[in-house]
Formats: sequence, structure tokens, C-alpha cells
Amino acid sequence: MVVRMSVPLTLLGLLDREPSHGYDLKRAYDTYFGRGKQLPFGQVYSTLSRLARDGKVMISEVGPGVGPDRKQYVITDVGATDVDQWLTQPVEPEPHLQSVLFTKVALALMLDRPAEEYLDTQRRAHLRRMRELTEIKRAGGLVDVMLADHGLYHLEADLRWIEATSARLDALRKVVRP
Amino acid sequence: MTIAVEAREVVFSFGTTPALREASIAVEQGEILAIMGPSGSGKSTLLHCLAGILVPDAGEVWFDGERVDTMREARRSVLRRERFGFVFQFGQLVPELTVVENVALPLLLAGVRRAEALRRASGWFARLGLEGMQQRRSGELSGGQAQRVALARGLVAEPRVLFADEPTGALDSLTGEQVMDLMVGTAREQGTTVVLVTHEPRVAAYADREVIVRDGQVIAHDRIAS
Repeated sequence: MVVRMSVPLTLLGLLDREPSHGYDLKRAYDTYFGRGKQLPFGQVYSTLSRLARDGKVMISEVGPGVGPDRKQYVITDVGATDVDQWLTQPVEPEPHLQSVLFTKVALALMLDRPAEEYLDTQRRAHLRRMRELTEIKRAGGLVDVMLADHGLYHLEADLRWIEATSARLDALRKVVRP
Repeated sequence: MTIAVEAREVVFSFGTTPALREASIAVEQGEILAIMGPSGSGKSTLLHCLAGILVPDAGEVWFDGERVDTMREARRSVLRRERFGFVFQFGQLVPELTVVENVALPLLLAGVRRAEALRRASGWFARLGLEGMQQRRSGELSGGQAQRVALARGLVAEPRVLFADEPTGALDSLTGEQVMDLMVGTAREQGTTVVLVTHEPRVAAYADREVIVRDGQVIAHDRIAS
């Protein structure tokens, strides 16, 4: 089975380093994985509750006072096995992204619309996003660089497809408008 | 908006093969512009026309309010030496010279005294991460080191425009990024205009703007000419 990225498994992975309070988990998540989308406190605690219910974490210590941050969470053997399995399984390749672009291009050709201009517009949008990510890389630390690189390589792959499609438009026109 | 360099409806053919067909482009002072396009699209020919290396068959090329395409070769040569800098895909360093002499070359050609030229050239080495390599020959450098030296040679005389033709084309992607980071950082610091030819989107992403050349024509203007 192929498993996707998930908040519960990421929190479990962070707990596999050391027992933590919810607040520390949120801080670690936001620092390394939350670029542009930080994890709400509510989601941290609801996720930890579910993980506790499923036997993947347990509460090791309850401090004085009230509120969820009194609890320190520890990963169980079941939780650690989940983390191991998740890390060793490949992330699902995503070959479907281009189907939207392909559909637009094919329809444009069927409808005798300017497909090449659409591709040029898409290229500009991709390059604009690549410029933004490159600026993030130039101004940021290593974590920013690596996250931005991931986006850049994906966008670059899209652009290669756009170039190849652009060069094949005449051939594709004959296929979709026989 | 001040235009640094501009091509207006430039036509150029290699024999009977057309390379540019009324290509127009304007680059702002201080702008970093990427010229992209498939192989054989005419993007390098456009750069060579803008830089006064090739003279177009028709159309006009302007730099700093002066018509470049009608200049005599001797005048264009001075322009290339004193106002323009160049970086090519393969550094094209002079193997007989030391690395520091290679960097100093544009200054020496411009008449700067040897000691002063070498002093100014040496000033680049720490920034390039090549401290202590001044006396090496180009054959003793890795591809990335040689390209950084070529970049320093292109910028040492503080040109108004740097023309870079596939400057990372022979490098792996991480080394290429170091070269681009250095190029963009230095150009912004000095206010140098950069015209960068590349087919690599990740390299073009270092520019402020890109244009696409296809079949000898500039088809995508983002800001200036649209």
C-alpha cells in the first residue's frame, strides 16, 4: 500500500524523537513542515487524542493546572511501527496533474482556439512561481532551500511537458481534429 | 523606465537560413532578463546582435541611446570591451594565463596598469569562494570554479550590461545555482543589466523577467513591450 503525507504520521514521527507536549509538537511541525500553512492548535490536540484512542501514543505525565498542555505524549510500539512503515514506503507519484493541462490543450485544438497562447500563458505563470520560490531560496535557510527546491523541480517538470506539447501541437491537432 | 539595450525588428540570416525574423526586445537598466526558447530558435543570435557581436541584416540595435548596428567595427569593439561583459557556456579562459590574470584581462585591455588590474581582480576571489587559487591555471580548476572565474572576468570592469549565454549549461544543477546566485547578487549590487540566454527554467527563474524566442521571433513580453 502506498501512503500519502499526513499530519498524524508527521506528529508521530516527531514523537519518535522524544516525548513532547502538544505545544512543542506544534512548534516543531511549523518550523520544519508548516511553511505557508501552520498547524492550528486545535488540530494538534484533536490528532493527539485520536492517536491516543488508537493506542499509538500514550500520556506519560500530567502536570499541574488545567488545559491540554499539561500532558506529555509518548509514542507506543504500535505508533513507532506506523512511523517505520510510513518512512519506508514510497510516496505516491502524481502523474495526474498534467491531465488538466492536457484537457485544456486538447479542447483548445478541438475548438480551434489558440492552444499555443494558452501554453505560453501557463509557462509564464509557472515561471512567475519559480521566480518566487527562487527568491525564497536566496533569502532563506537550508530548510527553505530544500522545500523551495521540491516545488521548483516539480514546476520544471511541468515546463518540460509544456515545451514538448508546444512542439507537438500540429501533430496533436491532427489527432483530435481528424 | 530607462532602456539599457534594445533590438527593434531585427532580421538576421546565416546564409539562406533565417535566424531572426523582426525580433524586438527592450531591456531596462538594471534588469535581469532571461531569453528562453528551444534549440535553434534564435535566442543566442539575438544576444549576439544585442551585444554588437553580429550585425543584423535589417532592423536596429540600440545601447544607451546610441545606434549599435550602424557603428564601425572598431567602435563596436570598444563598446564590447568597455561597456559590456560576457560569460559563455564554457568559460573560455585563456589556458596560458593564471586565473587572476584571466579575471584581470578586461581591465588590462582597457588600459588599466597591470598592478592595479591584478589588485582589482584579486579582490574577487574571496567573494567567489576561490581564495588562494589566484596563481592556478584554468586547467587546474573544476567546471564550477572555472565558470565563477569567467563570471568575475565578465563583471570585473563593472560593465553596464552583462551578456550571459547558457552560463550554467556545462554545470550540474547545484554548481549552476551557485554561479547564478553569484551573478544575480553581484549584478544587483552593481546595478548591472543582465541579458541571460538559457533553456533551463530553473536558471531563468533567477531573472526578473523572461521572454521566449520561437522561430526567430520574440513571442512573450511580460512587461515592457506588451
